[in-house]
Amino acid sequence: MTATATSRLSGLPDSPADLRTFLHGLPGVDKVGIEARAAALGTRSVKTTSKAQAIDLAIRMVDLTTLEGADTPGKVRALSAKALRPDPADPTCPPVAAVCVYPAMVPTAAAVLAGSGVHLASVATAFPSGQAPLDVKLADTRDAVAGGADEIDMVISRGAFLAGDYAHVFDEIVAVKEAAGPAHLKVILETGELGTYDNVRRASWLAMLAGADFIKTSTGKVPVAATLPVTLLMLEAVRDFRDRYGRQVGVKPAGGIRTTKDAIKYLVMINETCGDDWLHPDWFRLGASSLLNDLLMQRTKLTTGHYAGPDYFTLD
Amino acid sequence: MFEYAPAPESRSIVDLAPSYGLFIDGEFGEAKDTFKTVNPADEQVLAEVALASPEDVDRAVAAARRAFAGWSALPGSERAKYLFRIARILQERARELAVLESLDNGKPIRESRDVDLPLVAAHFFYYAGWADKLKYAGFGSDPRPLGVAGQVIPWNFPLLMLAWKIAPALATGNTVVLKPAETTPLSALFFADVCRQAELPPGVVNIVTGAGDTGRYLVEHPDVNKVAFTGSTEVGRQIARSVAGTGKRLTLELGGKAANIVFDDAPIDQAVEGIVNGIFFNQGHVCCAGSRLLVQESIAEELLSSLKRRMATLRVGDPLDKNTDIGAINSAAQLARITELSEIGAAEGAERWSPPCELPDRGFWFPPTIFTGVTQAHRIAREEIFGPVLSVLTFRTPAEAVEKANNTPYGLSAGIWSDKGSQILAVADKLRAGVVWANTFNKFDPTSPFGGYKESGYGREGGRHGLEAYLA
Repeated sequence: MTATATSRLSGLPDSPADLRTFLHGLPGVDKVGIEARAAALGTRSVKTTSKAQAIDLAIRMVDLTTLEGADTPGKVRALSAKALRPDPADPTCPPVAAVCVYPAMVPTAAAVLAGSGVHLASVATAFPSGQAPLDVKLADTRDAVAGGADEIDMVISRGAFLAGDYAHVFDEIVAVKEAAGPAHLKVILETGELGTYDNVRRASWLAMLAGADFIKTSTGKVPVAATLPVTLLMLEAVRDFRDRYGRQVGVKPAGGIRTTKDAIKYLVMINETCGDDWLHPDWFRLGASSLLNDLLMQRTKLTTGHYAGPDYFTLD
Repeated sequence: MFEYAPAPESRSIVDLAPSYGLFIDGEFGEAKDTFKTVNPADEQVLAEVALASPEDVDRAVAAARRAFAGWSALPGSERAKYLFRIARILQERARELAVLESLDNGKPIRESRDVDLPLVAAHFFYYAGWADKLKYAGFGSDPRPLGVAGQVIPWNFPLLMLAWKIAPALATGNTVVLKPAETTPLSALFFADVCRQAELPPGVVNIVTGAGDTGRYLVEHPDVNKVAFTGSTEVGRQIARSVAGTGKRLTLELGGKAANIVFDDAPIDQAVEGIVNGIFFNQGHVCCAGSRLLVQESIAEELLSSLKRRMATLRVGDPLDKNTDIGAINSAAQLARITELSEIGAAEGAERWSPPCELPDRGFWFPPTIFTGVTQAHRIAREEIFGPVLSVLTFRTPAEAVEKANNTPYGLSAGIWSDKGSQILAVADKLRAGVVWANTFNKFDPTSPFGGYKESGYGREGGRHGLEAYLA
């Protein structure tokens, strides 16, 4: 573990053995209990004015994403234009938080987004598997930043994590953070591959200790992506981390969030877990693509009183 | 701040009559003497209800006696049909009954909708399944029903307690005279309507409404064969005295002062949820509520700060709002008792804390409250408060936790929070409580027996065990 990293926060574990002791000393997570709590929060009824407020906030939190082998400059330009004006028919509709693309598409998106205030996120570090040598991951990161990305979504080495080599994961995050320079670093834990809630809690703390600005659930490339209980656990982690170290870290669930109803459940969960401080696009993002049109459809329904068909909302 | 707009469940689904008579022999009578039942959330009168006289109780017991011969002679599979039918009707009318229950009792609609009504239906489904299998339940090759059951239930879970009493009684071939609590008679009267809808033979279920005297007359009635009571230990003692020597069978489900034990290796966030659910569920009007928190001293400070943060998000108010977590206290009398014991707690030196919360002007309300620095010598550590008031005590070792948990005249339930399976099993084995929950609290299921040690009563309700109380 590098000296620069360990000096960032006082009271950090300062050897691989200490790091393991620290992570394994975190309180356990009861699976039944956390799933029941997430489900209970999901029954909150958010209607009328609070629904309108929630929808606008959710739109402002969207990281509008395309991560396909088939992405082309044309597709990315269209997506970026949509990020700026999600609903061309309604100028009161806010823009989304960011566009999220592969590094090769960063310059294309940057050309559209420049000066708009909409952030440009790039996945990096051999996304989605993370199975590449460190220098490749760092080069990937530097390229994305050089191309205009101001946010980097990195993946952790789940292999190293599951093998118990926490120091390896820690050092990689520190190195990527350094390579990312001024860009915000989101660390993808790929919770669907971590297997247990205890592992998700440990990985969350590991990423935060190593300097993550955001912790993110998933790549969207494995069968289990963001879930409510996993996000609840990560919200508890950022809350407890700030209590302990005084530094606030953001949370980004990604993958599988498709409906306004789902998005509102996430907002309710923030509201009743961390409170106001995280109810802002600086501290919470929703990694999604099809979600945006459902939010727009519900938004139109609230203003006009009726549902418009899908053709009244633009393709990404 | 993300404020939730009001989301009230509509009360128009409940069609309340201005007055209700007694349900005897399949018919609703005229209400002569009456009393009023109010909505505890706004003190408005909901309806007038008949006050049953001794003669009325006589008529009800006589009707149940007449119905007994035919009902008990039915094959179990035929009785099961009625019970299944009742269960389905309860499901179909779940929303109406949930709203009614919240109106009359004050509990949040979230709970009446998601907990009470599903459990009520589940109870009838479960015992319907037993009706034709009694020979194989382990109570002999030819178990017989007892006769007429006199049942008296409390106001905290009016319809659920009715289900706990009536479902096993009918499945085993008994007939029933049931008296709901004085402050919450309405759901039992609606249940009477469900029985009519299910075409249950007249007299199998009779509902007599009234106050304590009506209940006393019912349990002391010479033609009642079986008495089942859920309520306070004080009344339970009187009933035990009056039933002694009469040959009547008796089950009592009484008070509690459950220990919810949190060890230092507990899953903290879930333990906090469990503590909240243990004491604030149903405004703490739960006989098995986790009203004594025993927390290992080494994590007490951390746990309490998490608990207080969590309590600050509890939403107290309109029971019919779908986002309400804590509703109204059921009656002025209960509010007075909670207030009195809380004042005693503070006077005895415990530190009182409640989150900032605005209480409505009308109705009966009490904020979620915790007392820290409580010891075994405080009255609030020994007496049942039956409200949203938690007494927090600490312990040093598992042995001390067990000692303190058992150091109570009650023994209805207990909770253990630990990530260590061996510790959970070792401690559960030593706790003198009818139900021990591990890493959860206030979980109910019709298949699981429920009942207490010591002053928490005797006999078991629920599960296969629950049949025994109704069979000879």
